[in-house]
Amino acid sequence: MTMSLWQAVATIAVVAFGTMLTRFVPFLLFPESKEPPRFIRYLGKVLPYAMTGLLVVYSLKDVSLMSGSHGIPEAIAMLAIIALHVWKKNMLLSIAGGTILYMLLVQLVFV
Amino acid sequence: MFTVTNQDQTTRTPTATSVMPPAPAPSGDAPARRRRAFEAALPLTLPIAAGFLFLGCSYGLLMHAKGFAFWYPVSMAFFIFAGSMEFVTVNLLLSAFNPLAAFLLAIMVNARHLFYGLSMLGKFRNMGWKKPYLIFAMCDETFAINSSATIPPDADRGWFMLFVSLLNRWYWIGGTALGWLVGGLLPFSTRGIEFVLTALFLVIFLDQWMGERRHAPAMIGVLASALCLCVFGADRFMIPALVLMLILFAVLRPYLDDMKADETVGTVTTDGETAAAETADDEQGEQKENGR
Repeated sequence: MTMSLWQAVATIAVVAFGTMLTRFVPFLLFPESKEPPRFIRYLGKVLPYAMTGLLVVYSLKDVSLMSGSHGIPEAIAMLAIIALHVWKKNMLLSIAGGTILYMLLVQLVFV
Repeated sequence: MFTVTNQDQTTRTPTATSVMPPAPAPSGDAPARRRRAFEAALPLTLPIAAGFLFLGCSYGLLMHAKGFAFWYPVSMAFFIFAGSMEFVTVNLLLSAFNPLAAFLLAIMVNARHLFYGLSMLGKFRNMGWKKPYLIFAMCDETFAINSSATIPPDADRGWFMLFVSLLNRWYWIGGTALGWLVGGLLPFSTRGIEFVLTALFLVIFLDQWMGERRHAPAMIGVLASALCLCVFGADRFMIPALVLMLILFAVLRPYLDDMKADETVGTVTTDGETAAAETADDEQGEQKENGR
């Protein structure tokens, strides 16, 4: 680590503050005392679904299709999760199964 | 992901198969409503407990491997409490000191929280002293539960959401501490364990997909993000993706803004109606319906 202690503390504090801003700003902009505009309430209904989609893509953003294993282990594991989840609808099983399969793939097959 | 039930619709009458006495008095049995909230919240958080134990452990382990002291990952889990940003911060701490860049990066990586907040404006109404904590502790997974779960009518809504937030937060902090302390002792390679994050979000996505008849909002989320990822690259796609989603939702509003009928029985309840129907939740039941 190249930073001094106080530099590291300052970095963590600044990241925590920035993160908190993103969480609190909507509630500061639209306090309970006044009704949010109709458009904002509409967004509040459709955004949860879109945000989960974004999180899936976000968690895959560093996968390269052009190099390495070309995203094949990711694709196999995700297909397995979809199949498992449609079949059993058990969240823990789907997550554990897909993750273990992925670990086996990257450790044993796509090394 | 969270075995969302439709109890809200069916058990509002006192004849429900509830362990609580029928028609609980609005203020008389607050401890019972709180206990019921915990009983309803705990099972929904168990998948997160497992996920966070994996993920927190791998984070703590990573920090240990990079040579950071115990208090680094634990205080970051405690104060930042945003998994992906904590992983990013590992690299920040290993590069040159640049607080402004760190601040801007935190806002950009976490810009999605802005959209979480907009989604929860209605549900967090009238939460009193609990509200700041609910906002502070709203990570991806907590948001996913609190925005989609249907809370039993005999449970206190505020306490339910508070318990979900508290439990998830401490699963993460505990997992992180555990990972730093004992993660290195695992007798097998943990290479690839980071995929648990993708698996978690994919499963939430599948649950939402299967629990909802209309898929346009979910499709917009995936396609806008994927397109921006291709165009702008991994480090710069988040903000363009959020902007593109906003534009698409504004343009498609005439087709998407009639979701009310779906949502009264779907995974996401319209905040206003629920709050109005369950005025008994609040100590002061005097809050009027929210005008939806």
